[in-house]
Amino acid sequence: MSAVLTLFQKEVQSFFNGLIAYLVMAVFLIGIGLFFWLFPGNVLETGAAQMDILFELGPWFFLFLIPAITMRAFAEEYRNGTIEFLLTKPVTEWQIVLGKYFAAVFLVLFALIPTLIYLITIILLGNPVGNIDTGATIGAYIGLAGLGFSFAAIGILASTFTDNQIVAFISALFLCFFMYTGFEFLSDLEYLSSINEQLSAIGMLAHYRSVSRGVVDIRDVFYFLTIIFIALLLSQNRLKGKKK
Amino acid sequence: MSILVKGLTKTYDGQKALNNISFEVKKGEILGFLGPNGAGKTTTMKILCGYLLPDSGIAEISGLSVFEKSLEVRKKIGYMPEHNPLYLDLYVHEFLKFAGKLCGLKGNDLMTRIKSVIELTGLGPEQHKKIAMLSKGYRQRTGLAQAILHNPEVLILDEPTTGLDPNQILEIRSLIRDLGKEKTILFSSHILSEVEAIAERVVIINKGNILADDQINHLKQSENASPILILHMEKPGFDFSSFAQIPGFDRVEQVNPFEFKLYTTGAVDLRKAVMEASIQQDNPIRSMTLESSSLESVFREITQSGGK
Repeated sequence: MSAVLTLFQKEVQSFFNGLIAYLVMAVFLIGIGLFFWLFPGNVLETGAAQMDILFELGPWFFLFLIPAITMRAFAEEYRNGTIEFLLTKPVTEWQIVLGKYFAAVFLVLFALIPTLIYLITIILLGNPVGNIDTGATIGAYIGLAGLGFSFAAIGILASTFTDNQIVAFISALFLCFFMYTGFEFLSDLEYLSSINEQLSAIGMLAHYRSVSRGVVDIRDVFYFLTIIFIALLLSQNRLKGKKK
Repeated sequence: MSILVKGLTKTYDGQKALNNISFEVKKGEILGFLGPNGAGKTTTMKILCGYLLPDSGIAEISGLSVFEKSLEVRKKIGYMPEHNPLYLDLYVHEFLKFAGKLCGLKGNDLMTRIKSVIELTGLGPEQHKKIAMLSKGYRQRTGLAQAILHNPEVLILDEPTTGLDPNQILEIRSLIRDLGKEKTILFSSHILSEVEAIAERVVIINKGNILADDQINHLKQSENASPILILHMEKPGFDFSSFAQIPGFDRVEQVNPFEFKLYTTGAVDLRKAVMEASIQQDNPIRSMTLESSSLESVFREITQSGGK
């Protein structure tokens, strides 16, 4: 476990040594903030004490920001040759993948946690104060975190396939997009109508919606955990395959 | 045996990078791994470090199989890859800390080890700089420092002196020699003088085959080590026709009008004959060098003829 921690610390440090961490956080907060408080349809205009804007737009921001966080994870190691340094140290591929994954997750949380300020503001603005759907809000935060953590795992996987960060970014973006809404679109197709429910259940959107309603179903949690586990397992296999 | 390689074969896209190679390195020995570029040196080293898997064969470090006990083996190895990959955005000190922690060092132990390798590799004045800011020589030292940080039994260094200036080369060489007093070292090079300067034993590899595996002084005395006499004359042109009668004289190669290389097929000394001819032809000798003692001739003969 200490190897994972070492790798995690180094990754996080690299994020903060560079611009990425600050940029991701700033874009997320400012972007969401603009829609929240300033752009047409904002909270003050509608007068409803709810966080819906964050939960509707959050996934779309994540779709772009998380691949930007994860694109360098392995692509940069391949390009600089430092992957050889890592893989010849006494650490397993699984530890390396986990270290990098947890660092990405940390950054997602790092972007998500400051939105609590918006939440607190909404709670305080409510009439009476604190008039907010607590269950739905907690559920939506859990959903958003589940989505972010899954995107991060998919992004890590995409990064194991190439030494080019742009390629890693675009393929992660596409994969996340497809996993998020792709199956929803497929289930809308008429000739697939017989299996539309199953199709939409494979996609993330259905599970995200289900959790956001405020009912944290263990099946939805299990769904996100499965996605994460599969993506990380495939990443590990990619690293092992490098030895061939 | 510290390092054991037996019947190692590796094919890349149908091309044999290693063809059933075998060699051993004893504990405390420094072995030079010599061969032209693309000979299979790096592939062998990568296999020994567990970074590549061979098609077949055995590779052991201190009696442990590299493939079955990979993690344990990696703890015993210090490896410096060919292009010395480093994290440029880290500070030297930070990087060493990272490398040490990955090898399981921690706390005071880690700090004392870092301090001692920084001293050993002469990184002191640069230790608080970012790796990206370091010169090639100091980067090389950083690479070496991370390789020896966890005090491994075996050091595998892939071309440790490439890209260094002559002073740096001498420093790194003497560092490797010092390390070799306690550790088993396998290092590769395509520079002959380097192997000669550091190692006692050499394995010569070309196109995936081992062509020679011997003590350097044995090789130099072997039949492959026919001396070459390099001549610089005062005036252009020189008549070597009388040399044909000298037993052991092979041929002459004209490098330019003033410079000649005389090849022999045995330990024949042509110097006296050259002196006499020079007086006869009234063409004074500017310089005359006997290349007999160099590994270079052995290497050239072996790699060009393809075998002993």
